Amino acid sequence: MTASPISRRTFIGAAGVTGAGLLIGFSFRTRRAIAADDFSPSGWIHISPDDQVSLAIDKSEMGEGVMTSMRMVLAEELDADWSRIVVAPVPDDPHAWSRRMMTGGSTAIRTSYEMLRNAGAAARSVLISAAAKEWGVAEGECHTESGAVVHTGQGRRATYGSLALAAAALPVPATPTLKDPKSFHLIGTPVKRLDTPFKVNGTAQFGIDVKVPGMLIASILRCPVLDGTIARYDAAKAKAVAGVRHVIELPGIPGTGGGSLPPRTAAGIAVVADTYWQAMTGRRALDVQWAPGANATLDSAGISAKLAQLADGPSVEAKKRGDPAASLSSAARKLTATYEVPYLAHATMEPMNCTAHVRADGCDVWAPTQNQTGAQSVAAQYAGVPTEQVRIHTTFLGGGFGRRAENDFVAEAVQISKAVGAPVKVIWTREDDIQHDFYRPASYHRFSAGIDASGAPAVWTHRIVAPSILARFGPLRDGVDGTTVEGAANLPYDFTNFLCEQTVADLPIPVGFWRSVGSSHNAFVTESFMDELAVALKKDPYQLRHDLLAGSPRHRAVLDLVARKSGWGGPVPAGRARGIAVAEAFGSYVAEVAEVSVAKGRPRVHRVWVAVDCGPIVNPDTIEAQMQSGVVYGLTAALYGAVTWKGGQVEQNNFTDYPMLRMADMPEIEVHILPSTDSQGGIGEPGTPPIAPAVCNAIFALTGKRIRKLPIGTIA
Amino acid sequence: MPTYQLTVNGSAHTVEVAADTPLLWVVRDSLGLTGTKFGCGIAQCGACTMHVDGVATRTCVFPVAGAVGKKITTIEGLSPASDHPVQRAWREIDVPQCGYCQSGQLMAAAALLAAHPKPTDEQIDAAMTNICRCGTYQRIRAAIHKAAGEAA
Repeated sequence: MTASPISRRTFIGAAGVTGAGLLIGFSFRTRRAIAADDFSPSGWIHISPDDQVSLAIDKSEMGEGVMTSMRMVLAEELDADWSRIVVAPVPDDPHAWSRRMMTGGSTAIRTSYEMLRNAGAAARSVLISAAAKEWGVAEGECHTESGAVVHTGQGRRATYGSLALAAAALPVPATPTLKDPKSFHLIGTPVKRLDTPFKVNGTAQFGIDVKVPGMLIASILRCPVLDGTIARYDAAKAKAVAGVRHVIELPGIPGTGGGSLPPRTAAGIAVVADTYWQAMTGRRALDVQWAPGANATLDSAGISAKLAQLADGPSVEAKKRGDPAASLSSAARKLTATYEVPYLAHATMEPMNCTAHVRADGCDVWAPTQNQTGAQSVAAQYAGVPTEQVRIHTTFLGGGFGRRAENDFVAEAVQISKAVGAPVKVIWTREDDIQHDFYRPASYHRFSAGIDASGAPAVWTHRIVAPSILARFGPLRDGVDGTTVEGAANLPYDFTNFLCEQTVADLPIPVGFWRSVGSSHNAFVTESFMDELAVALKKDPYQLRHDLLAGSPRHRAVLDLVARKSGWGGPVPAGRARGIAVAEAFGSYVAEVAEVSVAKGRPRVHRVWVAVDCGPIVNPDTIEAQMQSGVVYGLTAALYGAVTWKGGQVEQNNFTDYPMLRMADMPEIEVHILPSTDSQGGIGEPGTPPIAPAVCNAIFALTGKRIRKLPIGTIA
Repeated sequence: MPTYQLTVNGSAHTVEVAADTPLLWVVRDSLGLTGTKFGCGIAQCGACTMHVDGVATRTCVFPVAGAVGKKITTIEGLSPASDHPVQRAWREIDVPQCGYCQSGQLMAAAALLAAHPKPTDEQIDAAMTNICRCGTYQRIRAAIHKAAGEAA
């Protein structure tokens, strides 16, 4: 077995985890710590008599740092010796785990923080009890430090390992005493990432690196036209290629998905060979003809026209305050604007891939997945085995960004393995990845704002027209897709009269969760229109925001901080201008200032200042990295990102026509973390939303040209 | 299928593959060295960067025949104990996020430093054209300066 997320020598094998010793699990449903003997096989903490403190977490490491940060929380309350902790793999049976195993929505820390603290504290408490009993002393006279229980008075010290067996026999407290945060020595400090050593020498194992005995490699030629089907192809030509073993037809699941099971997949032909290059060579020999089907006339111009047209039709209110219609009609001045953003691909660095081995008695899946629970269900369905007989082995993820919350790549691998009766690794090409994504939805936005006779902003209305991401999972609650309106319906600015309404556009394009989801477009459009309002009012864009954020102190605090750190209002280098934006996403508050120049119509972002309030800080170094990462992701999309359609298929293929920001275009990013004891927010996504409006507002300040359609491209 | 004699990380190998097989897939599939990654297949992203006679080379489009008689170095062979200056600097600065592109980034950086022991920012911009979707560029730049012995 070579599919563990870290080189095997760094952590004990699965057998070690089930051996004798103290194993603490934590039930999320009951919110009480329980001995893991009652919760086999998975638990957070395993301490073996030979003093191995092994910590497991249930989230995928895709760059966001959970592998380290979640263990920091466990180790903090456990008082483990951080230098000696062992990284256990992500549990492989999601069905037996106590919560849905999914990494997304910037939820890892904020939905786990208290329970991880409790699990750590419960284990520590039991270890103290075991030591006190053995020494015949009161528990209150003992304390812990760095993986040992200590009784200062008697000069006694026992390592956790030496206490493990005795501790395993003791009851685990349901409500252990947590540390006073003032005594934290790990949480809040820039602890080095646990995964870095393996990511600098090639030993970190990603999905694409999985090797299983007898494994074959598959490449799938998928119908490029949405929901098209296979007309004919030449399997014999592909099979004539040396090393090609099988050619398998995959019927595909059309539509945008009737829920998560079964996942949408394109119709295609899998060529299964001994090596990747043989599979690719066979794929190129297939000589396929497609039946394009009903979507063959779909194109981007038609999509844009449809979205705009729907803006005149019926809508559903997502949020309303006051009387926006009356306020608009009585406004002394009115401001209107429309905005549009395109479909976007995720383009993770590691192309989609999955290895599956279907047997009569079960199925193993090795996958870089954000969604183990979903992967297990999908694999069970396609393998035709009970869910509990499927094991999901989570590898490192070469980027996720929401793409790997989908399970289409799992469905394909399981089908092919079942068909050929061998373990199969399916590797997507970059072109496959760009052309068969679950895209960030395109959207169209219509704004109106009214200014009253005194010159004060009195009303804000915003109509969003977009395909719904959530519609495929079931009926929308009150007709509103919360992901479409997030960051817009909860606009923080103090408008007495306010309306945010939504119209769902029915389009055949699969859509999904793209880093920061609805906030990825709503921050751009609302913070750009807010800038338009500032211009109309002849107010400084920072000052107008500040004034309208009296009821949103966390927004205002990061806005003020970023203004101060960037020297807002002060001198700016010649030929450059600055723009500002603020947004809340996933419970964190982020304000950004971008400093931009434009040469020959081409914008260049020189500097970005970020201020973030994400509540209690676990690892400041990770927060800085995630803010930088979020900025680059959002900036790449703002400058270049567009997936366009023609003849029912995606026009982009690879990094040549779906370009990425590179080193030479990288701004210098300065991150400031606002200390906070407020509610905890996420960190993987919130850095992304403010960058597009900050840059576009800077472009306006510099050139007078308002960008109302992304990507920015070349400025005329 | 033809056979090829390759020298990878100082070891001699004989592989039997189709003539148009890119070096990347020979190394990954035939030699089992998976530290070098596949990212785009058209030499755009640099995830597949190896050293061919010391030159940073995007091996997803580099035919195996071109590697015969040359000294091939992959991330696994960059240094015996993962202690090449760029690896040390990458660890000290905690550069990687998802980490998928980092083998290629490290190989490109090592080649840059071999050519320019004290690279300027402009030289870094010119040499480091590998894509990182996590956006670790700022830390990569800092790590290259650190590895070069400059203040990060």
